[in-house]
Amino acid sequence: MTHALKAAGPYVTGSPMIPNEPKISPALVAEHGLTPDEYARILALIGREPSITELGIFSAMWNEHCSYKSSKIHLRTLPTEAPWVIQGPGENAGVIAIGDGLAVVFKMESHNHPSYIEPYQGAATGVGGILRDVFTMGARPIACLNSLRFGDPAHPKTRHLVAGVVAGIGGYGNSFGVPTVGGSVGFHTRYDGNCLVNAMAVGLAEADKIFYAKATGVGHPIVYLGSKTGRDGIHGATMASAEFGEGTEEKRPTVQVGDPFSEKLLLEACLEIMAAGCVIAIQDMGAAGLTCSAVEMGAKGDLGVTLDLDKVPCRETGMTAYEMMLSESQERMLMVLHPEKEAEAEAIFRKWGLDFAVVGETTETKRFVVRSQGENVADLPIKELGDEAPVYQRPFVQTPKPPLVNSKDIKHPLKVSEALEQLIASPDLCAKRWVWEQYDHVILGNTFQRPGGDAAVLRVNEGPKGLALTTDATPRYCEADPFEGGKQAVAEAWRNLTAVGARPLAVTDNLNFGSPERPEIMGQFVGCVRGIAQACKALDFPVVSGNVSLYNETNGRAILPTPTIGGVGVLDDFAKSASLAFKAPEEIILLIGETQGWLGQSLYLRDVCGREEGAPPPVDLAAERRNGDLVRALIAEGIATATHDVSDGGLMVALAEMAMASGIGARLYAAPIMIQEHAFWFGEDQARYVVTVRPADAESTIARAKAAGVPVRRIGSTAGNALTLPGEAPILVKHLSDRFEGWLPAYMAGGIS
Amino acid sequence: MKAAVVVFPGINRERDMARTLTLVSGHAPVMVWHAETELPAGTDLVVLPGGFSYGDYLRCGAIAARAPIMEAVRDHARKGGLVLGVCNGFQILCEAGLLPGALLRNAALKFICRDVHMRIERSDTPFTRGYNAGQVIRVPTAHGEGNYFASPETLARLEAEGRVLFRYTDPQGNVAENANVNGAANAIAGVLSEKHNVLGLMPHPENHVEAVMGSTDGRGLFAGLVDHLAQAA
Repeated sequence: MTHALKAAGPYVTGSPMIPNEPKISPALVAEHGLTPDEYARILALIGREPSITELGIFSAMWNEHCSYKSSKIHLRTLPTEAPWVIQGPGENAGVIAIGDGLAVVFKMESHNHPSYIEPYQGAATGVGGILRDVFTMGARPIACLNSLRFGDPAHPKTRHLVAGVVAGIGGYGNSFGVPTVGGSVGFHTRYDGNCLVNAMAVGLAEADKIFYAKATGVGHPIVYLGSKTGRDGIHGATMASAEFGEGTEEKRPTVQVGDPFSEKLLLEACLEIMAAGCVIAIQDMGAAGLTCSAVEMGAKGDLGVTLDLDKVPCRETGMTAYEMMLSESQERMLMVLHPEKEAEAEAIFRKWGLDFAVVGETTETKRFVVRSQGENVADLPIKELGDEAPVYQRPFVQTPKPPLVNSKDIKHPLKVSEALEQLIASPDLCAKRWVWEQYDHVILGNTFQRPGGDAAVLRVNEGPKGLALTTDATPRYCEADPFEGGKQAVAEAWRNLTAVGARPLAVTDNLNFGSPERPEIMGQFVGCVRGIAQACKALDFPVVSGNVSLYNETNGRAILPTPTIGGVGVLDDFAKSASLAFKAPEEIILLIGETQGWLGQSLYLRDVCGREEGAPPPVDLAAERRNGDLVRALIAEGIATATHDVSDGGLMVALAEMAMASGIGARLYAAPIMIQEHAFWFGEDQARYVVTVRPADAESTIARAKAAGVPVRRIGSTAGNALTLPGEAPILVKHLSDRFEGWLPAYMAGGIS
Repeated sequence: MKAAVVVFPGINRERDMARTLTLVSGHAPVMVWHAETELPAGTDLVVLPGGFSYGDYLRCGAIAARAPIMEAVRDHARKGGLVLGVCNGFQILCEAGLLPGALLRNAALKFICRDVHMRIERSDTPFTRGYNAGQVIRVPTAHGEGNYFASPETLARLEAEGRVLFRYTDPQGNVAENANVNGAANAIAGVLSEKHNVLGLMPHPENHVEAVMGSTDGRGLFAGLVDHLAQAA
């Protein structure tokens, strides 16, 4: 033993000194979220009754949130490799190479349950956690994104949740000093009792200076860094692994409190000691805090870990070993340091005013030993804690295919222009400015395309290289057809990156579902994962990190299946990226991609016709790639003057968004005779883009598309200050903008219920 | 130009500021840690950048105003040296008593990140010689507490002495309620000290200095300072 633990005195591995008070009862096991079978597995593994601290450690390691026990076998089917992937799933975040010796480190994670219970702190600590995942790997965070889903706007809790979550995301990210550059916000009654807060962080590092969790070397000091440990967040991960019912509010004490100030200091201190060459391994303390981080570092390095809890900096007195091991206090890190660099690292941390304590060491025993006040309170096999976690092949039933909506059966209550006016001011399609203006999206000085476009575009360092970032999912498609919905989420992320001119490189996925113990929910999960896998394979768009959030249901009612995809793409020159705003009058508007007029599961059918039904639009991945490759080339060559992908709300909404972003209107041709007019304008057929070109480029672009096998159609010209459809009164762009911008502020001010 | 950028814990726009100073002046500023008690010899511009010093936990700028380095900053100002405080830096200058008034919570009670227009009220100061009086520039704001407040007497005095240097306006330069992003008294975006050597402002001119990023409206402030110091030397 080395210096760190000498004072603690000798001990014997597997010592019988483990206290077993209180006695473990079936009720206590159940309270820890462990099933009788899982408990039997624990008994078999360690050959005796666990101590209460050990039971707590097992519950932290084996809950759904940390062990992925229901999802693991399905996640293995996702494609995770490509020549540019440096690190796939399994580390704190995924890492991809973007050339010039640079790497992008990114991941998305949910904080759904805490945000529903305590929206400000729940969302804030969600941002804090994901930022830590990124800078733990040695990257400086350069952007955050998020994907938020709330209940019906009329639900009494929705406004409170929107206000709290948005303020919490802003409160943390703004103070930490990272621009929040993109995201999505949606509403649906199925999120009434369980909102979704998915936060994504993106960092930049040198490709050969990435740090990992794997500990190496025996007898190396394990150092605790950052904020002190308190009693907050105990059993947070266990809470995140159970559905909600009555009494959910009582779980508020399990939500952690964020301190972005400490995190900013932690960031600077960590990057400084990494640059000074002090760090062998590093792991942030996220879910299940000290337990998870220590076990992971040891298990990955095939080493044992001994912790002495008397050395852990505590915020309050009298904390038990059990509480310390399960605390989810924020802004903490665990590291293995080079012994000769310990003093240098400590000086750096003291300079930043952060706690620094040697709390343990690596051992060759492969056991996880926890000591407190001179006795062993836990002594467990470290590999088995992680590797022997139960893995379930949960029974599932495939979601039945919904019937196709026959377009002849649809009654259209409004004219196209009236329907557009209604849709543009609906909760899902209205401007989200009220949200993103609460996020500092310009700090660091590299935000080239700000929120409100298809994807955010950032300059990388001093350029000209750029990054494009987006988050996407269409939960109503996933509910109707999980497989197509899973494909669509990936395809839409790919399309949004393409629409700004980027080459899509990789994704992080955040899979939000109900209880996996219900076969129909498990069926949704399996279907979505299959769809994601197929689309990622077809589009060379591997999954490099991700997170699964199950048990998103309240009183037996599950959320819509919501597999959020965070996409990252690269641009050779950020300044040549495309944006959706029309650039000049009298340019030719082209529709790229095939239009059938698919109204099943469209927002038009739901919000205008009052019918939430049908099969979602199918996703033809070969067409996605073909159409997208053409659009990307048109942007790179400077032929496309404005570009926008066609998604929620269909073609007419896409055109309106291009007009509103510029103030320039459009003169549109009538819908083709073969397609019913509302279906043409509001159908949500996939793999489509609107592109404008200068008149001189129109014929050659059309010829080029045809030669590439890409359907293309001239649908009008930019013109004036109104959208003009044959046979309908022109709609002033200003009028549309007022409606578009008006809904959310009015709702949040209490003007709309 | 010999600029010093003071780094308080929790400050987060120090890199933006350093990059801009380097870009415009050709010289990288010295980054000065809050625990220092002296500025580098020959410093001619001290910048307190934006961010959340000490987490803004007591009151924005209140703890930073009492940091060890602030005695040296006060001394520099007393001797007529130039001091620029942006956003949190403005809040710190008010808390330190180097500028009058205080910055309250935004009138809308929310953090707001938005490009705003502000009118340059006079061009005969070291900070605005790169602009014309009456010129309107577009710069980003990003703050939760930028609502400038001072007693009626102080406001009257600031106005009478021409110490309101920037005012929120519409793009045409007219003061308008909906152009006043945070509800500031007299639409004040930035104020000068009595001797015109200390400036505090809420918006971030340092984020609008490159044509390739979409705007150079903030560049004039830094270019003007470079000219002023070159002439003084």
